[in-house]
Amino acid sequence: MSISTLTKTRGGVGESVRRVDGVPKVKGEFQFGSDLWAEGMLWGHTLRSPHPHALIHSINVAGALALPGVHAVLLAGDVPGKKCFGLEFADQPVLAGDRVRYAGEPVAILAAVDPETARRAAAQIVVDYEVLPPVTDMEAALLPDAPRLHEYGNVLRHVRIVHGDPDAAAEVWVEGYYETAMQDQAFLGPESGMAIPSSDGGVDLYVATQWLHVDREQVAPCLNLPAEKVRVHLSGVGGAFGAREDVSMHVHACMLALRTGKPVKMVYGREESFFGHVHRHPSRIWMRHGATREGRLVSVRARLLLDGGAYSSSGSAVIGNASTFAAGPYEVPNALIEGTRVFTNNPPCGAMRGFGAVQVCFAYEAQMDKLAKALGMDPVALRLRNALKTGSALPTGQIIQGSAPVREVIERCAAIPMPAAIPMPDAVSMPKEEGGRRDRLSYPGGAGNVSRGEALRRGVGFAVGYKNIAYSDGFDDSSEARVKLFAGSSGPIAEVHSAAAEVGQGVHTVLAQIARTELGVEHVVLHPSDTLVGSAGSTSASRQTMMSGGAVQLACQAIREELFDRVRLRAGMGDAPLVPDGALTLEGGMVLAGGVPVGPIEAYLDEPIERTRVYHHRPTRAMDAMGQGDPHVSFAFAAQRAVVEVDEELGLVRVVQIATAQDVGRAINPQAVYGQIEGGTAMGLGFALMEEVQVREGRILNASYTDYLIPTILDMPPVEAVLVEEPEPGAPYGVKGVGEPPTVVSTAAIVAALRDATGRALNRVPVRPDDLIGLTQPAASAGPPPAPDVPGPKAVPHYWGLTHGQGTLMEPE
Amino acid sequence: MLIRLKVNGEWHTADAEPQASLLYVLREHLGLLGTKNGCEQGECGACSVWLDGEMVCSCLVLAAQAHEREVRTVEALAGPEGLHPVQEAFLEAGAVQCGFCTPGLVVAAADLLARNPSPDEATVREALSGNLCRCTGYVKILDAVRLASERLRGRTA
Repeated sequence: MSISTLTKTRGGVGESVRRVDGVPKVKGEFQFGSDLWAEGMLWGHTLRSPHPHALIHSINVAGALALPGVHAVLLAGDVPGKKCFGLEFADQPVLAGDRVRYAGEPVAILAAVDPETARRAAAQIVVDYEVLPPVTDMEAALLPDAPRLHEYGNVLRHVRIVHGDPDAAAEVWVEGYYETAMQDQAFLGPESGMAIPSSDGGVDLYVATQWLHVDREQVAPCLNLPAEKVRVHLSGVGGAFGAREDVSMHVHACMLALRTGKPVKMVYGREESFFGHVHRHPSRIWMRHGATREGRLVSVRARLLLDGGAYSSSGSAVIGNASTFAAGPYEVPNALIEGTRVFTNNPPCGAMRGFGAVQVCFAYEAQMDKLAKALGMDPVALRLRNALKTGSALPTGQIIQGSAPVREVIERCAAIPMPAAIPMPDAVSMPKEEGGRRDRLSYPGGAGNVSRGEALRRGVGFAVGYKNIAYSDGFDDSSEARVKLFAGSSGPIAEVHSAAAEVGQGVHTVLAQIARTELGVEHVVLHPSDTLVGSAGSTSASRQTMMSGGAVQLACQAIREELFDRVRLRAGMGDAPLVPDGALTLEGGMVLAGGVPVGPIEAYLDEPIERTRVYHHRPTRAMDAMGQGDPHVSFAFAAQRAVVEVDEELGLVRVVQIATAQDVGRAINPQAVYGQIEGGTAMGLGFALMEEVQVREGRILNASYTDYLIPTILDMPPVEAVLVEEPEPGAPYGVKGVGEPPTVVSTAAIVAALRDATGRALNRVPVRPDDLIGLTQPAASAGPPPAPDVPGPKAVPHYWGLTHGQGTLMEPE
Repeated sequence: MLIRLKVNGEWHTADAEPQASLLYVLREHLGLLGTKNGCEQGECGACSVWLDGEMVCSCLVLAAQAHEREVRTVEALAGPEGLHPVQEAFLEAGAVQCGFCTPGLVVAAADLLARNPSPDEATVREALSGNLCRCTGYVKILDAVRLASERLRGRTA
């Protein structure tokens, strides 16, 4: 009788379903790391160096310890195990010992009964510094007499990619020099977590992070504890964008908890957050593009310099990415690309949404526009003529095996209707209702624009870019997931246990959708994410939907096999009717044979079924000394068109519209995909127009939301987005990650529109008002620095035998 | 110092330091963690609450200023009958990602719609310009406010 009531499983793959954590989030009940509380807990606090480069001769903590309410003050000598941590190389001290390398480096930590007592105690610590001259310029860091940040010098990695004949002759050449500033992820919820000592001598760390297992991999050795005694649990994450890839307060909170025997909570304020995480690498980029008169690219020469600040972080991978993407999403038969990631006494830089692809996209798309102008060609037509496609060879020699709908994203983006013409305020005397002066709030700068709109100019810019999905260079960043199917009181329930960090992007919702589709069960619950299940890899590199999604799909498929065995076994015993040769499927809580329901799923769940599976992406191969290899798993492409208005006298900008088409493979949750595109675009808009961590002599000048500006709702234009769904072969459901491509392209598109509006070169982001009205000259350079004399192609510390921080989790091949 | 304040209909007394903000007292003394601390400078709006019916950044209000006054927080928005229409609309429109800005934004949106049930887009943008969101790009937040406005008007019509 249930046959006629069979319904499709709701909330599965391809549906715009509501977030699994949505209700607690709108009610303010969702527990972020900063909301953690435990009986008797203490507050941790960090004392940081005010100097970018100094020796530490002594630290006197007596005054701090004497304050009532202070439970512990710890220094470098108190670190129980390994003194340093790091994602790629363990070169970053848990606490500075005899030397600090950046302003903001942690020097001492303490635990007190409340935050105010902790602050006062920190002020009582006396550090005797001997200030050293810092190196704060990325080119100066390469000079032979520059102060050395590390014993092996100031170069983390130099990448050299030689493709075809880099000296090939071309008919038309354009060249350019570009700079990008330091950008901050500026997530809303600052670094936070709590460490709770356990009776086994270990510790439970609840922390807002992007990769639980790599945290444990770094934290446990510093605590001199075996990995199993450091249990890391995901607390609510208030945004990440790369800033939570590195360890921040993790080891500190654990040290204080183990020392005091009490739970210790640490929460950074906004100012401290600017010192508590890595930033987007500032860059200097020199490019030369050669083409035929018909507009076919012949050669690209690129020299990249990234300022990584004091430590390695993920810089080796960032320069790898920047270098491999430097020629853009175009077929380039000949190329010479050299990228260097240097150390300075600036704040450390590492991962941020786009991961090296953002900086080079800004440069190569400016070059494509220059080339179009030199050729007298339409910029969109030039891009179409050179667009990559499946089967194209990249400068690394990698052949694109997966989908590469570059032509489609360009054409579909260009086809999006332009915004309605806004009446320009030329007829200032005409009443607004007669089409004359428009609402002043719609001028660039809004209420801040005191003009009559005499100097408004409109511009249109176009950009295409791409980004790799998942980790590269031979790493097997696999993802594990455990799924349990059991009978609940009102039907079957699937429980998904994954360590994939939900950072706001919606991966937990996606995992639930996949379980629904694979198991035909609507009721899915998410087990809290922790290290009691295997690594999910990082919530980075736009990889979790593909990787952890793939792991959940595999686990569900294994459950299905067991379930179907039970169905067949029972049918064989004549217990239930079963179409003998009909394929078994699951839908709407029912088992179907040949499309005909044979019984509810829970009827076969006397015993729950639990399966754990690991998803691996296809193997990749690291670049060799000539930059040749098969480094990337797959690629996602995006095109954006920006329409801007510039007030040429006031230097104010209003972005009128963003049109975009993005290669997403397959949208598991379309509404969330659009959300990623809109949010990623906002971050690119911020980088184009306002976002810069201003660093002078190694010190951050604007460590606050008052002085570091991010886009508000007044800055964001409508985003007209089109999803191009061309499934990626071999990926679950054909998915591609979606978070990063919008950030890669939007900065380039917006600045192209500003150039179109003003006719100015604008070769540095963020573009400042002074740049738009000609008060400043374009960023200038005397030419690229010579290639450093370092062993290659891997990171230099590798050749010095330094430990690899990601160790057993991500063994290079 | 002892501070007595009415929060979400109930009187509380907190023994707070003189320099403590209202935000600190709400979170650390009263355990009302829905109100978030994003910047401590009144820039991000994550700490938005109502003080005697007027929306304020609770990080910029001294707790002492709230003495003998009435505070309403995000925790009071949803009634026993379910979510506030603004909260419902945020879920439906996909306006929530990491959710850290969300409590402040739903407070700001509810405040706007209580004063002006049919705001045009420019008014919505102006009203929410003190609330930073780093995840969504605000597009779906605008959708959510539009949706909530329609719903609220439908309800009163």
